[in-house]
Amino acid sequence: MSQRLSVQDIGVRFGGVQAVDGARFEVGDNELLGVIGPNGAGKTTLLRVITGVVTPSEGSVALDGADVTNWPTAKRIQNGLALAQQIVAPLRALTLIDNVALAVGHKHLMSPIKAALRFDRAPERERALDLLGQVGLSEVSDKWPEELPLGYLKRLEVARALALEPRLLLLDEPLAGLNQAEAHAMANLIASLPGPGLSVVLIEHNLGEVTRICPRLYVQNNGRPLAFGPTAEVMARADVRAAYLGAGK
Amino acid sequence: MIYEMVVVTNMAIAILFALSLNVITGFCGQVSLGHAAFLGIGAYTSTLLTKSGLPLTAALVPAALMAGTVGFFVGLAALRVRHDFLAITTMGVGFLFVGIVRKQDALGGEIGIAGIPAPDFGRPGLLVLSIVCAVAFGAFTVMLKRSWAGFAFNAIADDEDTARLLGIDVPKFKLWAFVIGTAGAGLAGALYAHQIRYIGPDSFGFVESITVLAMVIVGGIGSIWGVVVAAALLSALPQWFQFVENYKLLLYGLLLFTTMRFAPGGLASIVDRFKNRSARGS
Repeated sequence: MSQRLSVQDIGVRFGGVQAVDGARFEVGDNELLGVIGPNGAGKTTLLRVITGVVTPSEGSVALDGADVTNWPTAKRIQNGLALAQQIVAPLRALTLIDNVALAVGHKHLMSPIKAALRFDRAPERERALDLLGQVGLSEVSDKWPEELPLGYLKRLEVARALALEPRLLLLDEPLAGLNQAEAHAMANLIASLPGPGLSVVLIEHNLGEVTRICPRLYVQNNGRPLAFGPTAEVMARADVRAAYLGAGK
Repeated sequence: MIYEMVVVTNMAIAILFALSLNVITGFCGQVSLGHAAFLGIGAYTSTLLTKSGLPLTAALVPAALMAGTVGFFVGLAALRVRHDFLAITTMGVGFLFVGIVRKQDALGGEIGIAGIPAPDFGRPGLLVLSIVCAVAFGAFTVMLKRSWAGFAFNAIADDEDTARLLGIDVPKFKLWAFVIGTAGAGLAGALYAHQIRYIGPDSFGFVESITVLAMVIVGGIGSIWGVVVAAALLSALPQWFQFVENYKLLLYGLLLFTTMRFAPGGLASIVDRFKNRSARGS
């Protein structure tokens, strides 16, 4: 299995606090990996290292074999990484379709001069409408983000991330704040995403849905890697249950 | 007739100056409190060139280039700061410019430079040149706003971090906004110097930076037509009513406060609200 993402011995220190210590896992092509851990385990910090928002004090991150540890976020995005954020951040001055169309046209935005010479948005809007349909938002494509509830905006995050045509999609707690039915539908959508050329890393607290849809899990506790492997094996471990569920001691 | 020509020329220059700040603050969301420094750089550059015998038309491009080049370096420094810190940094640039000019004998020091050569084509020619420059820059900003660069600026102004996650090279776009905006201010400065025919450090101080910011905010941040209307009105008022000139800072401060409190989107948002209400009514 070729490696889409390789996280090697990542360490992050904020002042006197070691937020992440020795994080290590790999994601192959066409894979859906679940990343779990209790609150404060350092999952979001790890995610920020992968996206380039936080620079690690130790270790390296590689995307498709290329060491991207010192790359800025935009360069990683242009090279196949996408993130749907935990706290939804739609561009409030744009309608849903334009939020997604902007992401579809990300390749036009590598140079300001080239971007200034390009005017047509029709093809990108057409593709954006397809993507909004994929996440069940085509009916509200012309609405403004402020007019829609959280569940819709969570799906917008996913559509916008998919619009970047990523090879690696990071989903940060996409089920948080959704009711049970919405969470179930969203989890089904996430499970349908991986395919040739697209791998997904799902960071999520909804253990029921994560174990249902993710074939493999990476568990982090107190910033340190605790377990990494097939879901059934990982969840059967007593130390994982103790750390995550506070049970089985 | 000369009076009307002067008023309209000043209006055109003010519109050009306000549109240049609109690219930085309106399109790209980067507040600048020192934009008058770039008006000054254009004014001093063009003055030195025309005093050495170059015609004004040949001094326009170097004035814009010089202001744009300094704008590039200020933009580079400004990349590391955001919001209030950016406002304070740009304000510092404004003070720095005035401080440097005051100490340079070659730039007339405290006294400034008087006797700037009148353009060969006279007042009517300067009026036409100012209108042409304002219209050309305005048309350029309309195109910019409609392009994918305008789309990216929109995203950066809205939420820089999200823009980064959409693959937008935010620093590069911000730098371009600074270069375009400051070059436009330099062009306006060249026209201003040859309209007034005297420049001094106080012509480009904090009050001028606040005046142009008021034009952008009152017109509606990012709205091209709104900024054009606000710049035309606010530049003409002190010429029509002497008391406005005397109480300029007080009046503009009040306008800024009122706009931010009651209509943060400026004239453009008031008109939009009115249009939406009419559309719903019909």
